[in-house]
Amino acid sequence: MLEMYKRLRGKRQREHDRTLSINIAGMELRNPTMLASGFLGISQAIFNRLYNADVGAIVSKSISSKPIEGYRNPTVVCLEGGSYLNAVGLANPGADVFSREIASNPYVPIIVSLVGSSHDDFPPMINKFDDLNILGYEINLSCPHVAKMGMEVGDDPDMVTKVVKTVKSHTLKPVVVKVGLGNVDLLDIARAANDAGANAITAINTIRAMTINIESGIPVLSNKIGGLSGKSVKPVAIRCVYEISKNVALPVIGCGGIFSWEDAVEFMLAGASAIQLGSVIGYEGFGAFQRICLGLKRYLDRKGMKNLTELVGLAHKY
Amino acid sequence: MPININILRSVFIERVQNETASVKTILFKDKVSSKAEPGQFLMVWIPGVEELPMSVMVADKEHSAAITIRRKGIGSTALFNKRIGEMLGIRGPYGNNFKIAPSARTVLLVGGGTGLVPLIRLAAKLNETRICCTLIIGASSKREVFFENTADAVLSDTKHKIIVSTENGDYGIKGNATDAMTQVLKQETFDTVYTCGPELMMKKVLDIASAYSLPIQASLERHMKCGIGICASCCIEDKLVCKDGTVFCEKQLSKMNEFGIFYRDKTGRKIVY
Repeated sequence: MLEMYKRLRGKRQREHDRTLSINIAGMELRNPTMLASGFLGISQAIFNRLYNADVGAIVSKSISSKPIEGYRNPTVVCLEGGSYLNAVGLANPGADVFSREIASNPYVPIIVSLVGSSHDDFPPMINKFDDLNILGYEINLSCPHVAKMGMEVGDDPDMVTKVVKTVKSHTLKPVVVKVGLGNVDLLDIARAANDAGANAITAINTIRAMTINIESGIPVLSNKIGGLSGKSVKPVAIRCVYEISKNVALPVIGCGGIFSWEDAVEFMLAGASAIQLGSVIGYEGFGAFQRICLGLKRYLDRKGMKNLTELVGLAHKY
Repeated sequence: MPININILRSVFIERVQNETASVKTILFKDKVSSKAEPGQFLMVWIPGVEELPMSVMVADKEHSAAITIRRKGIGSTALFNKRIGEMLGIRGPYGNNFKIAPSARTVLLVGGGTGLVPLIRLAAKLNETRICCTLIIGASSKREVFFENTADAVLSDTKHKIIVSTENGDYGIKGNATDAMTQVLKQETFDTVYTCGPELMMKKVLDIASAYSLPIQASLERHMKCGIGICASCCIEDKLVCKDGTVFCEKQLSKMNEFGIFYRDKTGRKIVY
């Protein structure tokens, strides 16, 4: 019985593979659902489990050249209505340890997220990862709550150009740039990334936000200010994906409050070629990837579409 | 409207009880936590200082729960110094819990330090179903022994035995909790072993229980941030202690090569115990 179930599941899997498989920036994915950076992303054993839960690709936590402890708790605050506020502080084991963690990655499609405070930080990290079994890199230029890293780099088009050019000159693997809402026009940053040779854009990162406990009067996050994710950022993210994909000639990976296949479709109509999931995992765990894939497949069937690319950017014509 | 356990609730301390010179139990009113299962935990916010995962302790008051804290780091010391009337933020309870098999007649509980908290909550449940219970309390010395009377009180309706072991031998059996466990198992057998405490102790409890082919459930601790299964700070192999645990059975534990060997620090690096 179990064997039969496994065979059936395998068959179903292959079927939706054909329809949902995509190629984004030269990365072949069995489906368009990625794990967004920051979630679940430091252990190979967890990556393997995510792979068995049908994830299309995994973006690791942002890795820096040295280990970072991050902020004291509370680092994650749950808000009403499917949103989260976090200021983890880019906690990560550092490039050296993380490259050893994934050194024997068997088959899992991993995209390594890198973060640094200047372009010089990136080449030594790339040297550690470039020979490993990974798909490519995502450069975090938009963490909204750590000084001199992430958004402070991403808010400076010249820095963005320098970082992307440096990374591109040290690897042949695809380089994705993750952008967010900073003080500089998002399109200027996306254009700078494009001109410097980036292969795709992930939009968007969390948005600077805070919450205060009314009994004590004290901000809840230990860092006071953090990044907002989940359902409340979705309409903002849709707008960003729409504007970038309309104005910049790079494939876009949509990210921000995707909880259902309907959300995924909306992002693709806006111009996303792939999507990233994060906050939804807090609500339904690892099952989110499979459920969203199934919904996408049914939607394509119902609309008579053969593959996902037919869907990407359809809303642009209106 | 059902309460969303993820949203921080402000609670006010109603009672503080000294257990030892460095351990206190803090009681507060909270209907949701009062129904927590043994082994579940709360994320406890000490405003402006820290948020800590804390196992839910029994409370002898309706619609109330408690936590037991050992003064250690910045966060736990701030919590230890809290007084009646002061506010804490809590969310949860989270995680799975100790399971009691319907066929269970007699069980063994092995606890060390504040790891006794979920075991006392379990004992209260065992008491309701009149399951015979042997509890081993491990401590370094007599001064560090706590919950002996509490355990006796929560087990008052069922046949029970409380065995204390101290490492320096100034009270009860000389040795650690696992030495006491070995002694007990020479004379008696049990349907299940439940354990919570330092991981190296639990690893030994697992080894001893395996030698006697006894089923075991252990409540694990790891560095936690989110408590809801999204950050993976608490991962042990491919399991998330906050979501898949905190309680794991012998089948899961024996597959975990990291159990009793490594934990991950705040950066996610593996550190040898």
